[in-house]
Amino acid sequence: MLEIRDLHAAVGGKAILKGLNLTVKPGEVHAIMGPNGSGKSTLANVLAGRDNYEITGGEALFEGKSLADLEPEERAQLGLFLAFQYPVEIPGVSNMEFLKAALEATRKAQGKEEWDSVTLLRKAREACKQVNLDAQFLKRGVNEGFSGGEKKRNEIMQMLLMEPKLALLDETDSGLDIDALQTVARGVNSLRGPERGIVLVTHYQRLLDYIVPDHVHVLSNGRIIKSGGKELALELEDKGYGWLTGEEGESA
Amino acid sequence: MSSQAELDKVIRSEYEAGFTTLVESDTLPPGLNEDIIRVISAKKEEPEWMLEWRLEAYRHWQEMPEPGWAHLNYPPVDYNSISYYSAPKSMEDRPQSLDEVDPELLETYKKLGIPLHEQEMLAGVAVDMVFDSVSVATTFKAKLAEAGVIFCSISEAIREHPELVRKYLGTVVPKGDNFFAGLNSAVFTDGSFVYIPKGVRCPMELSTYFRINEANTGQFERTLIIADEGSYVSYLEGCTAPQRDENQLHAAVVELVALPGAEIKYSTVQNWYPGDENGKGGIFNFVTKRGVAHDNAKISWTQVETGSAITWKYPSVVLRGDNSVGEFYSVALTRHAQQADTGTKMIHLGKNTKSTIVSKGISAGRSNNSYRGLVRMGPRAENARNFTQCDSLLLGDTCGAHTFPYIESKHPSATIEHEATTSKVSDDQLFLCRQRGIDPEKAISMIVNGFCKEVFKELPMEFAVEAGKLLEVSLEGAVG
Repeated sequence: MLEIRDLHAAVGGKAILKGLNLTVKPGEVHAIMGPNGSGKSTLANVLAGRDNYEITGGEALFEGKSLADLEPEERAQLGLFLAFQYPVEIPGVSNMEFLKAALEATRKAQGKEEWDSVTLLRKAREACKQVNLDAQFLKRGVNEGFSGGEKKRNEIMQMLLMEPKLALLDETDSGLDIDALQTVARGVNSLRGPERGIVLVTHYQRLLDYIVPDHVHVLSNGRIIKSGGKELALELEDKGYGWLTGEEGESA
Repeated sequence: MSSQAELDKVIRSEYEAGFTTLVESDTLPPGLNEDIIRVISAKKEEPEWMLEWRLEAYRHWQEMPEPGWAHLNYPPVDYNSISYYSAPKSMEDRPQSLDEVDPELLETYKKLGIPLHEQEMLAGVAVDMVFDSVSVATTFKAKLAEAGVIFCSISEAIREHPELVRKYLGTVVPKGDNFFAGLNSAVFTDGSFVYIPKGVRCPMELSTYFRINEANTGQFERTLIIADEGSYVSYLEGCTAPQRDENQLHAAVVELVALPGAEIKYSTVQNWYPGDENGKGGIFNFVTKRGVAHDNAKISWTQVETGSAITWKYPSVVLRGDNSVGEFYSVALTRHAQQADTGTKMIHLGKNTKSTIVSKGISAGRSNNSYRGLVRMGPRAENARNFTQCDSLLLGDTCGAHTFPYIESKHPSATIEHEATTSKVSDDQLFLCRQRGIDPEKAISMIVNGFCKEVFKELPMEFAVEAGKLLEVSLEGAVG
């Protein structure tokens, strides 16, 4: 479903991704790991289409379509979801209102049946429950005054409702305590299925104790330098990134 | 597409109320002198005292300088090139019911989304419409009369209720108050009059739609609302004007009198033609709105301002009585080359008086949006309190937002709080929405609506919906 070939990308004119290859098939969970500054978050943002993140070479195909040709909302409507590393606040726009707009836009584009407000509210409450968020959060402004952990759980709640084909999670584990991490992991695991691809971008191995990946890739200097199974993550836990990147002082 | 390009696209929407109605008019030649004022007064069959009042105002106005302190830039207005009276001709014989109203006029209101016949049937909004200078039709009079409420055009009130008009007209905004109020006092042609008797809660929201139609016509409406002791009224005012290349002048005066224990809630949705992208055309809106709150009375202004090329408007409250309350909730949106200098004055005279100011300014395009507000605590204003919150939102980087707060306190026990923020619709907010599948136009309108939520919740339900739609139309490109 996701086919990345020799992808080059720049952020504000600076080359970050330098020939990245990655294939994600339906049903697979991939973890992208790597030291800070290796281009992990850049990859997630390039795929989602953030401003100033430019594809300068190669290609990224999602469901056979070139992402470079699609606006961010079109990618989302195709079923690509990004859980943000730093979810932004939108004061005065309630979570519920936001979800309604998002679900209307995506479900319509995907030919899914539209949810009436009663169904939407019921589904939204269920999703909140799954990630341990009080249903009151639906009435509050999007991320407005939420704690760091609440923002991350809010992202997962949105993901559960939107049922994307491909979920990209950008350092969703950062800043979470162990309870919240387990909650988030349960949410993600509940989405695992034969039709869905999941890409976890993370610096640390600990998330992978709870969401066990099928494939682990190590990103360094804009390229994937090593790929393996879940045991690769454990190896990185032991040895750090230095033995792969050839640099001193990097450790997980 | 870059965010700037997105913004440019969405703020370049067309003016939706920009159509002209072809009705034969009875219009005075341009120019202003005592004879013109005599003609206006005669056409309106006014008593002698009213004519004298107008002439005094005119003589005083001639001595007054035009104010230049606002953060506004516009070519000088030639007050002799304006026609000061225009009435649709078919109105010579006033219609006795809606059926007799010129169908073209009714069509105009339909385009504006005010289906009168429907409104009559639907739950209770009485509409006194001002088409150019003459009230066209007033509905629900009977029901209001039952409650003792007087709701009619100011011209009718001058004829039918001279004792009330004489007692209160010019007591809140004196005829020499300022240049534009002076001009209005001399030439005002119509407007609304409301009187709510003691202890009466007005059984419905009162609503007026003003509309400038005739080209080159100034509109000078004058509104006077008197809420007698312990009474309550909610008054809604909506404004649009057709699209023309030349500028049109609008200088209105609104006076509110809230007697002891009374409450007046005054809501405005203003969508006068703002001029085109390059600042050509549009309404010059110079408005004086003020209320006096006596003991335990409350006056609340809520305004949503999206139109006019130039806006000069400061709805104010004089908190004369002890324990009186003043509120000002405002959303002002400017785009293209619009300029707005708007805010409020809260003059605390009585003890334990309390005022709240919430102002939301949104600027886009090359527009300039200024908040100007005065909070004055008088020497008797023991324990007076004010809270001011003043937020500006910028769309793009070619517009301006300015804040000019004035604070004067002559009593040591007074409390004044002021909070101000300036923010931009960030690329991050826009990206979050788009990543969830929401198109940028919808996203921006959602973000801006969220920013205005505190003000919208003060509006009566039907107006809140309208205001939300208006923002959407003002911001969205193709949606119609």
